[in-house]
Amino acid sequence: MSRYNEIFAVMKRDLRSFFNNPIAYIVITVFLSVTGFYFFMFFFYNNQAEMRGLFDLLPLLFFLFIPAVTMKLFSEERQTGSLEILLTLPVSTRDVVIGKFLAGLVFSMIMVSPTLIYLLTVILNGSPDYGPVIGGYAGVIFLAGAYTALGLLASSVTRNQIIALITGWVICFFFWGIDWVARFVPAKLNFIAMLGTDYHFKSIARGIVDTRDIIYFVSVIAIALILTIKIVEERR
Amino acid sequence: MITVKGLTRSYGDFRAVDEISFTINEGEITGLLGPNGAGKTTTLRMLSGYLKPDSGSILYDGVNAAEDPIGIKKITGYLPESAPLYGDMMVFDYLCYIAELRAIDNAPDRIREIASLCRIREVMHKNISELSKGYKQRVGIAHAMIHDPAVLILDEPTSGLDPVEIIEIRNLIKELGKKKTVILSTHILPEVEATCSKVIIINRGRIVADDATSKLQSSAGRDRSIIIRVSGTGYEGLESMLRSVQGVDHVAAIDDSELASAIVTVSGDTDARADIFHAVCSKGWVLYEMKQEHTSLENIFRELTTGGENEQI
Repeated sequence: MSRYNEIFAVMKRDLRSFFNNPIAYIVITVFLSVTGFYFFMFFFYNNQAEMRGLFDLLPLLFFLFIPAVTMKLFSEERQTGSLEILLTLPVSTRDVVIGKFLAGLVFSMIMVSPTLIYLLTVILNGSPDYGPVIGGYAGVIFLAGAYTALGLLASSVTRNQIIALITGWVICFFFWGIDWVARFVPAKLNFIAMLGTDYHFKSIARGIVDTRDIIYFVSVIAIALILTIKIVEERR
Repeated sequence: MITVKGLTRSYGDFRAVDEISFTINEGEITGLLGPNGAGKTTTLRMLSGYLKPDSGSILYDGVNAAEDPIGIKKITGYLPESAPLYGDMMVFDYLCYIAELRAIDNAPDRIREIASLCRIREVMHKNISELSKGYKQRVGIAHAMIHDPAVLILDEPTSGLDPVEIIEIRNLIKELGKKKTVILSTHILPEVEATCSKVIIINRGRIVADDATSKLQSSAGRDRSIIIRVSGTGYEGLESMLRSVQGVDHVAAIDDSELASAIVTVSGDTDARADIFHAVCSKGWVLYEMKQEHTSLENIFRELTTGGENEQI
């Protein structure tokens, strides 16, 4: 019981710290401007009551934005030395890492939540197929979770936020870009697309819940978090 | 009681702390003294549980810190050097956050109590980044004290403060030291003389002295020097008189345009001042100044940490 309080306390502090910083508002503003523009262009050109315009764009935006959100989570604490205080409190490293992961994930969800207005637009102007919409948003949570965990891992290795950001991009680029690589390799090697997040996200966003896709995202998140815990414990 | 045995920690090839052993008694203020880079911070980081030692053990009342790290963290309060608190939080919010992570019952009351003890009530609703260094340090001490720990570990608690703040922090530490075991590190000697009942001097990762502050001072105080200024005679007259006084080892002139002045070194336990005074009186001279100086801890510190080279500072 008390463990959840500690995770929750860490999450709450980091979440609040995001919003104490103007970067959060800049990130959210840019994110909503880009998605809003892209979504409505798609919506009016195609004259279709669907959200595909948004869900097609999100993987690229998450790849670009989420490492920028997560970069401070550990780097800043290393830089200022507050990590030393955090780790000498009676809290396990695991709870600290999970708390910070949830803070990043909840922030991403707050960033995405205004897009529900786009959904409202769609509903008011037509009758969308709810399968892909629900699947799309479920996929968004998993996708954001995976990139947040990978971004957190990048943040744990360095005290420099810029290095954390670039490391985060490099790691996330692998997971995001492998789908593109798969298009240029011989057909036999096409399966490498399954290593990437796009393949699984598109599958969920079609509105089909396949356990393999869920297992994929949960595994990526778990492995990234376990590595983060190890790094925070060893690199002091 | 804290018992440290054979504690070692290296960073790559560099042995920051090299097999040090010491004990810290309950209810005492212990000062860890050494030049910068001696291994003080590394030692405190291991005591606080932030760093794992390469070898050696730390026992808190017989409990090995390596076996129950969370339990040890519950009974210790640790403030790292320069108080790295979250600058974007308000003092009150920060203390609430720490209280939450430490699972303290009735946190608002406890925070009020600790705020008046550390005298930070007037800054409770300011951002930590806006505080002066002295206040920040006090908030740091409040954060380390919030769960009423048995052991308080403070790394360079007065570095970077102005003279008034230094005295305030020292008084606060002394007050806390009445009820708690306090371990602090410093590279400033007068600090140890002013606050600590026990001192451990470390240099290059090894302990070079470990004793009660008063004992170290008295062992240093065996050699005393007396500065004396008189009128009514020249330096030669003064010197020949001083040489006749029992216990005087060495006499040297001090530059003074008006008075005959000398510095006298006295060995052993004899106090030569009474004899000097009577000798001056019997000659009919006038005594303007007589001052005895103990060879302070400073000299021991310098000798111990520079390997015997007696550089004049």
